[in-house]
Amino acid sequence: MKATHIRAVRTRGGLSLRVDARAVTVVVLLVLVALAASVALIGTGDFPVSATDVVRTLTGNGTRIQEYIVRDLRLPRVLVGLLVGAALGLGGALFQSISRNPLGSPDVLGLGQGATAGALVVIVLFSGSATAVTLGALAGGLVTGFAIYLLAWRRGVHGYRLVLVGIGVSAMVTAVNGYLLTKADIVDAARAVVWMTGSLNGRDWTQVWPLLVLCAVLVPLVLVNARGLLMTEMGDDLSYALGVRVERVRMVLMVSAVLLTAGATAAVGPVGFVALTAPQLARRLTRSPGPNLVPAMCMGATLLIVADLVSQRAFGADQLPVGVVTGVLGGAYLLWLLVTERRAGRI
Amino acid sequence: MVVDSVPETRAVSASAPPGRRAAARAVGLLVSLVVLAGVALASIAIGAKELPPDQVWHGLFHDTGTYADVVVDERVWRTLLGLLAGAALGLAGAVLQALTRNPLADPGILGINAGASAAVVTAITYFGVTSLNGYVWFAFFGAAAVGALVWFLGGSRGATPVRLALAGTAISAALYGYLQAVMIMDDAALGRMRFWTVGSLASATHSTIVQVAPFMVVGSLLALGLARPLNAVAMGDDTARALGAHLNRTRALSMLAATMLCGAATAACGPIVFVGLMVPHLVRSFTGPDLRWILPYATVLSPVLLLGADVIGRMVARPAELQVGIVTAILGGPVFIFLVRRRRTTQL
Repeated sequence: MKATHIRAVRTRGGLSLRVDARAVTVVVLLVLVALAASVALIGTGDFPVSATDVVRTLTGNGTRIQEYIVRDLRLPRVLVGLLVGAALGLGGALFQSISRNPLGSPDVLGLGQGATAGALVVIVLFSGSATAVTLGALAGGLVTGFAIYLLAWRRGVHGYRLVLVGIGVSAMVTAVNGYLLTKADIVDAARAVVWMTGSLNGRDWTQVWPLLVLCAVLVPLVLVNARGLLMTEMGDDLSYALGVRVERVRMVLMVSAVLLTAGATAAVGPVGFVALTAPQLARRLTRSPGPNLVPAMCMGATLLIVADLVSQRAFGADQLPVGVVTGVLGGAYLLWLLVTERRAGRI
Repeated sequence: MVVDSVPETRAVSASAPPGRRAAARAVGLLVSLVVLAGVALASIAIGAKELPPDQVWHGLFHDTGTYADVVVDERVWRTLLGLLAGAALGLAGAVLQALTRNPLADPGILGINAGASAAVVTAITYFGVTSLNGYVWFAFFGAAAVGALVWFLGGSRGATPVRLALAGTAISAALYGYLQAVMIMDDAALGRMRFWTVGSLASATHSTIVQVAPFMVVGSLLALGLARPLNAVAMGDDTARALGAHLNRTRALSMLAATMLCGAATAACGPIVFVGLMVPHLVRSFTGPDLRWILPYATVLSPVLLLGADVIGRMVARPAELQVGIVTAILGGPVFIFLVRRRRTTQL
C-alpha cells in the first residue's frame, strides 16, 4: 500500500505527529455530509422547514413555532441518531480490531441480541414503560457483553475464540428471544418487533444527555489507547516486545466497546449493520491500515443519519424504522464489496 | 463467519492401526444407530399427554382409532419428521463446512434460512397463505432461489469459500431487512411468523412429510456420495486439483445437495440453526477429518440431538411445549462454548 498521503508534523520542541492527509479529508467530508443530512432531516416531516430556516432557528433566530418544532421535537432525534451512529461505528471498529475479523462486529457477537433479550423481558413479562425498556436493554447488553468477554477469557482474549463464543452466546440468546416473542400477546409482540428493528421515532432530550455523557467519557479514553490497539494488530508477541501492555489495552477497549454498543442499543434498539459496515467503509475510504477509529465513528454517525433521512423521505414520516434501511443498505454494501473485491482479485 | 481454516484434524485413535480404527468407527456407528432407535421410541412414547406403554403399543400395532391411538399416530409422524429433518440438517451442515472449509458454516451462512423466511412472510402477507402445508413450497422455493443466487454472486465457477460466505451474509442482511419491514407493517404476518421462526416439529403431518421427504432423500444420497471429492477439496484448491478432483463440479453439487436438504428441513420445521453447526463439530472430534465417516455419523447423530431436544421440550413445559429450535439452541450453546474454550488457541 502506498502511503504518500501520510506526513509527519514536527514542532520545535521535538514533538512529532503523523498526519494522514487522506484520513483527515475523509473525516472532514463525512462530518460535512452528516451535518447536511442532519439539517435536511430536521426539515423533514409533517411540517416541512426549509434548510435556511433550520439553520436560522438553530442559531436562535426562528419564529416560535419553528423553535418548538426544531429544538424540542426534531433536534433531539437527530442528536440521538448522530451519537448512536458514532457509538456504534466506534464500538464496531474496536470489536473488529480486537477480534481481527471483519465480521467480528457486535451484531454477530450477540450484543444486539442480548440487549433485545433485556428489552423483551421488560416488554413481554412486565409490559414496562419506555424508560424501563431502555434500562432493561442496557442491562441485557452489558450482561451479554461481559459474559462473552469472561467466557472467551483464557489467559487472554484471542480473536477467533471471542467470535466463536459470541456466536454461541448469540444463538442461545436468540432462542430465548424467540421464545419470549411466542409468549407475548400480539400488541406486545408488535411493540417488541419495532424495538428490535431499531428506530429513532419519538426520541427526546432525556435520551440525548446520557448518550452525550457516555460518548464524552469513552471516546477520549478509547482514542488515548488507540496507539496500543494499532500495535496489537501486528500480533501479541511483537506488541509486547514494543512495550504495549496488550491485555490491559484490550480490556480497557473491550469494556469501552461493550459500554458504547450497549448504551447505543438501549437508546434506539439494535440498529443492524452500522457497526458492521461503518468501520469497513471507513477503512476503504481512508485506505490506511489499522482500526481507523475516528473515521469509523464519523462514518457510523453519517450512515445512521442518512439512513434515517432515506427512510423518512422514501416511505413517509415514521412509517419504517431506520433499522430496516440500514439492514438493506448493509446487505447491498456487502454485495458491492463482494463484486469489487472480486474484480480486484482480493478474495 | 469468515474463519477460514482447515477443519480440525485430530483423530482420537490416530496411533491405532488403520484396520482397527475402521472397525472401532463401524461399531461406533452401530451404537449410534441403537441410540437413535431409543430416542425415536422415546419420542413416540413421551409427550404432553401421558400415555401408559400398553396404550402406546396398542396405538402402534393395533390402531383402532381410539383417542390414544390418534395421539400415537400424530407422534409417529412427528418423530418421522424429526428423523428426516435432523438427518438433513446434520448432513447439510457437514457438507457446508467441508465446502466452505469453515468449521462455523451452517445453513444460516448461505442465506438459506433467510431465503425461506422471506418467502414464508411473502406467502402470508401477499398471497394470503395460512396453512402450514402451504408454507412448505414457498419456503422451499425461497431457500432454493437464495441458494442459486449465492452461488452466482459468489462467483459460480470461480467460487471460493470466503466469497460464498460473504454472499450468503450479504443476502441474509438484505432479506432480514425486508422481513422486518413486512412484520412491522402487517400484524397478521407477525402473528404467524413469530411461531414459524423459532422452529418446531409440531406441525408434522402426513402431507408435510410426503412433500419434503423426496428432496431430503435425494439430497442425502447426493451428499453421502460427495464424501470422497469433498475430502480432496478440504486439502485446499491446489492440492485438490493436483489430486484430480473436479473442483467446480464438486462445489456445484455440494451447493445443490445442501440447498435441497436445508430447504426441505427449513420448509417443514422452520429455521433450526444449531443442529447443522454443532453435530458435525462433535462428530469430527472422534472420527477425524475423513468425510466418509463424518457424513454417516452426522446423519445418524443429528436426529438424536433433534429428537432428544424435542422430547425434552415436550417434557419441561407440560401441558404446553417448548419448540425444538429453542431447546437445541439452549442446550447446544453451552456445549459449543465448551468446545471452543477447550481447544488450544493455535487450533482455532
